[in-house]
Amino acid sequence: MNRITLNVLVVDDEQGMTSGAERCLRRFIAKDENIKDEISFAVSTASSGKEALDFLEKNNVDIMLLDYKLPDMNGIEILEKVSDKKILTIVITAFASLDVAITATKKGAFDFLAKPFTPEELRNSVRKAATSIYSMRMLKILEEEKKSIRFEFISVLAHELKSPISAVEGYLKLIDERIKGNDVSAYDTMIKRSIERLNSMRKLIIDIIDLTKLESNRKVRNIERINLAQSVKSIIDGFENQAKERNIKIITDIKDVFINADAGDIEMLVSNMVSNGIKYNKDGGEVKIIVDSEGEFTKLIFSDTGIGIKQEDLDKLFKEFVRIKNEQTRTIEGSGLGLSIVKKIVDFYDGKINIESEFGKGTSFTLYLKSKPPCD
Amino acid sequence: MSKKKILIVDDDTDMIEQTKAYLESIGYSVFEAYSQKEAEELIEQGEFDAAVVDLMLENPDSGFVLSSKIKKKFPQKPVIMITSVGKETGIFFDKRNDTGNWIKADVVIQKDLRFEQLEKELEKLLEKK
Repeated sequence: MNRITLNVLVVDDEQGMTSGAERCLRRFIAKDENIKDEISFAVSTASSGKEALDFLEKNNVDIMLLDYKLPDMNGIEILEKVSDKKILTIVITAFASLDVAITATKKGAFDFLAKPFTPEELRNSVRKAATSIYSMRMLKILEEEKKSIRFEFISVLAHELKSPISAVEGYLKLIDERIKGNDVSAYDTMIKRSIERLNSMRKLIIDIIDLTKLESNRKVRNIERINLAQSVKSIIDGFENQAKERNIKIITDIKDVFINADAGDIEMLVSNMVSNGIKYNKDGGEVKIIVDSEGEFTKLIFSDTGIGIKQEDLDKLFKEFVRIKNEQTRTIEGSGLGLSIVKKIVDFYDGKINIESEFGKGTSFTLYLKSKPPCD
Repeated sequence: MSKKKILIVDDDTDMIEQTKAYLESIGYSVFEAYSQKEAEELIEQGEFDAAVVDLMLENPDSGFVLSSKIKKKFPQKPVIMITSVGKETGIFFDKRNDTGNWIKADVVIQKDLRFEQLEKELEKLLEKK
């Protein structure tokens, strides 16, 4: 809990009023269910309009208690003069007419206090102003944080997009210079590698689009009853060639399970998981996919006999752009976004993810999903 | 005259492939290491005339550690360190203002690396020997 002090200026030509208000706020600590910190008040006073304006010129004021009727000017004139400052003004008036209230509100008054008022009424009004200032400050801090997270995301993204371009450009230059003379097979390797880098760059861009849609909640979902067995099987079929190339066996144990979900979400989720299971596997390894239900959850298990994940790397797994770097993962291409996408989808279906992994032996991800209420 | 042997240490496969192709085309023979650990083994064996090491490998200071290890064992063998840290952080490691002689490498080259620049530096350093 932090201690925040707000500066209050009391403007009134009645000395009893200013000293009364000062006494009333001196030891007052504003508390509210929305305020996590302690707010106290430092009170200054002014007995005329001119004195108030002079003070405001030189000092930082958060809340002003302003008597409507001052000897040298009225409250509206002062409100007009300080309209460019971020001050919450509580107008104090003995003539609580509607007219005054409307004009003062138009000029930016935050609240009204009709004379005479009790110390409690004064504190309530000041508490309201303090809460409002506090929320605005918190909102600003939050926005700054959001901005800096966004900036970090963009700068990492830029780096991730630049690196395949540099790699492909490098190969093209070497090919252009015929750096390998007449050794055609050396160029083949360079071309093949360039195509690989471009493909993974395309995957990165697609992942970014998916992730942005999920993040902004702008994804249009069509929740319908899906036979998970059918859709999972057809997604797995799409990976057959990729698995065959590395002699990886895909084993399934799929029960007829129904879930209310968006078909696109399921496709994204299952294909990211199967793709990981193959990519991070050993040649000749296995990927096992189990679909079942458990209580109110639909359960999907993706196990592989791959390279496994070290205990200390498990926490980092779902962070954007995190790719665990080691001898085994060096040559594996990936955007570092797949599991972030999976996590976002699982969250949407009020689910959870359990991971069991043994470094060098393999990893098993268990995903739990709950049905969503169907659209109309 | 036998070919001069260059040890390249980088965790970026493409960077290694390309540097290797370039250096081979101008008459060097190249050994590669993809990690600090791999590099340390090759340094022990000492079968190289000069080394080109990337700063950030599995540890953020791998390049510094490797440079210092090489220089301790083979003070005469030239070491070139390559880094993109400068562009990303604004902190440029440069031999010219390294008054405490912390950087053991002979030259620090900022990414994006131009191969011609690497060629020139290697030539200069290997000639000096």
